[in-house]
Amino acid sequence: MATAVASHAHPPTSTGLDHRKIAIWAFIGSECMLFASLISTYLIYKGRNVVGPFPHEACNPPMCATALKPILNIPVTSFSTFVLLMSSLAMVLALAAVENKGKPGYEGLLGSSKFWLLVTAILGTTFLGCQAYEFTSFVHEGLTIRTNLFGSTFFTLTGFHGAHVTAGVLWLLTLLAIDMKRGLEPKDALLVDISALYWHFVDVVWIAIFTLVYLIK
Amino acid sequence: MADHGSFEHTSADTDVHAMGEVHEHPTWKQYKWVALILTLITVVEVWVYYTPFQNSPLFVPVLLVMSAVKFAIVVLFYMHLKYDHKLFKALFTGPLIIAMSTLLALMLVFGKFSGR
Repeated sequence: MATAVASHAHPPTSTGLDHRKIAIWAFIGSECMLFASLISTYLIYKGRNVVGPFPHEACNPPMCATALKPILNIPVTSFSTFVLLMSSLAMVLALAAVENKGKPGYEGLLGSSKFWLLVTAILGTTFLGCQAYEFTSFVHEGLTIRTNLFGSTFFTLTGFHGAHVTAGVLWLLTLLAIDMKRGLEPKDALLVDISALYWHFVDVVWIAIFTLVYLIK
Repeated sequence: MADHGSFEHTSADTDVHAMGEVHEHPTWKQYKWVALILTLITVVEVWVYYTPFQNSPLFVPVLLVMSAVKFAIVVLFYMHLKYDHKLFKALFTGPLIIAMSTLLALMLVFGKFSGR
């Protein structure tokens, strides 16, 4: 087992753990409560719409001016869910590449932190593209944040999640820029670890949203 | 050493971070299995959505269980909480329990379990 190395600039702490990692876990804990409140609001108002479009049911006159299909697009969202899950895999491989840089078995593309950070950012951007497509199609079908309770709670919940993914992509691109400029070394693993924790958290929030919003009728 | 494909870990299962913090990480082989399991569960979730099982009273509980399993797998393996310090576990599970309790309490208060 490797021995402890405390040659970094960060001063020792009373817990023996890096403050930055404690901070990200505390932040993630607080984010759990933020998203729980948004999901609670969505679930409380679920099924209480007075006007359409509705998420899982068709809307016919006189409730809607014209007949409307159920608005949620499960195939597109299933694809974006898969994309986000694969981005988490790419993220752990980016972390492994940084932690093990220079070790046997970590040569080439599979051991390239630049490659895996780029793949994670591309997959995150693909997820955002799917969300932009979904939001745009909803607006064209007559659902905005002001249309009904479903629109208000849905756009707030998924919009907040999308904002978190956007922040994550920017974070990943920042790490990628650092990696391109001076190269990320094993001593920088904590920087990647913290961003990875944030990215995986965004993924687990989506796991909950996908089931509670999209699949449960 | 187990065969981990072309991306073989050597002594990488144990990593040293800043502050001398030492913890284990899953191997590349485990990451592959985790990704496969997550994908399979997602496929089953979507498949179930399109089958007559969606009308069963078990539909919602089954989906919730599958979602919880995916959630736990990502947290334990990708976020390394299975291998990490107990303080990090407390910092995550404590707020998560409060969040879940609040969610359930709000749904109870607003009559979501009363069938209204």
